[in-house]
Amino acid sequence: MKGKVIVRLKSEVSDPQGMTIQQTVSKLGFEGVRKVRAGKYFEIELDAPDRSAAEKTLHGLCDRILANPIIEDYTFEIE
Amino acid sequence: MKAAVIVFPGSNCDDDCRWALEHVCGVLTEMVWFRNRVPDDVDLIVLPGGFSYGDYLRAGALARFAPAMESVREAAEKGRLVLGICNGFQILVEAQLLPGVLLRNTCLQFLCKDVFLKTVRSDTPFTHGVPDVVRMPIAHGMGNYYIDADGLKALQDNGQIVFQYCDHAGRVTAEANPNGSLDNIAGIVNRAGNVLGMMPHPERAAEDALGCHDGRYLLESAIRHLTRA
Repeated sequence: MKGKVIVRLKSEVSDPQGMTIQQTVSKLGFEGVRKVRAGKYFEIELDAPDRSAAEKTLHGLCDRILANPIIEDYTFEIE
Repeated sequence: MKAAVIVFPGSNCDDDCRWALEHVCGVLTEMVWFRNRVPDDVDLIVLPGGFSYGDYLRAGALARFAPAMESVREAAEKGRLVLGICNGFQILVEAQLLPGVLLRNTCLQFLCKDVFLKTVRSDTPFTHGVPDVVRMPIAHGMGNYYIDADGLKALQDNGQIVFQYCDHAGRVTAEANPNGSLDNIAGIVNRAGNVLGMMPHPERAAEDALGCHDGRYLLESAIRHLTRA
């Protein structure tokens, strides 16, 4: 199975990288790009007997290491 | 007394810390490889600056799982002194031995320059001999201290903010804040007061040959605290 994990900064945490990307994008002439938030994406191949076991592993991974709960949230999909 | 400096893969201030402790302050100092435990007879553990694990994922996020960190946690719980400098501070917050987190500098640039610090607490084991305003270098890309509103209030209420970025006269202003840190925070202690994390580098300002000796006050405070006890 493959887990596709997205880790995002929480909305209240400022994202200077996203802001800088947005400014650059605007300077390039792309109109209407109001806001950019940068995050992280992980593809994780894993062996698990079923979907719920895979979910449990991914939750554990995200809670323990991939996301810092003080500043980040995560979501994932399993294929 | 005995000090130890943990050497993570990617640490680069480990030898500077050893030099400052051993040659400037005269303390027996052991270098502890990240795969090993800190010996039980160590009184002061320093987590040095650098880029442990290449800062992959988040600065300090992978180093916190290094085997040496288990013994650092045990030592902290026993009341031994733990000092995390720069990347060492980042590791301590990721390990949840200190609250909060260090984000990318708001300017997005790696900052390498001298800053002034206001010593907010001069009654900790690390700061009882540190003057009110000191100068030390910073060298980081992720030193922007962040914690939620409740966490900040707890830090303030418990007197855990030890150093704040300030100007040469000790004024804590927005202009004196190099990296966007909340409340100009440059260094904090845990509630027990025996674990200090700070972004500025005392070991790089430990003797006049380095242009400034203010960092020595901090290291000697910790040493005096331990040898007096």
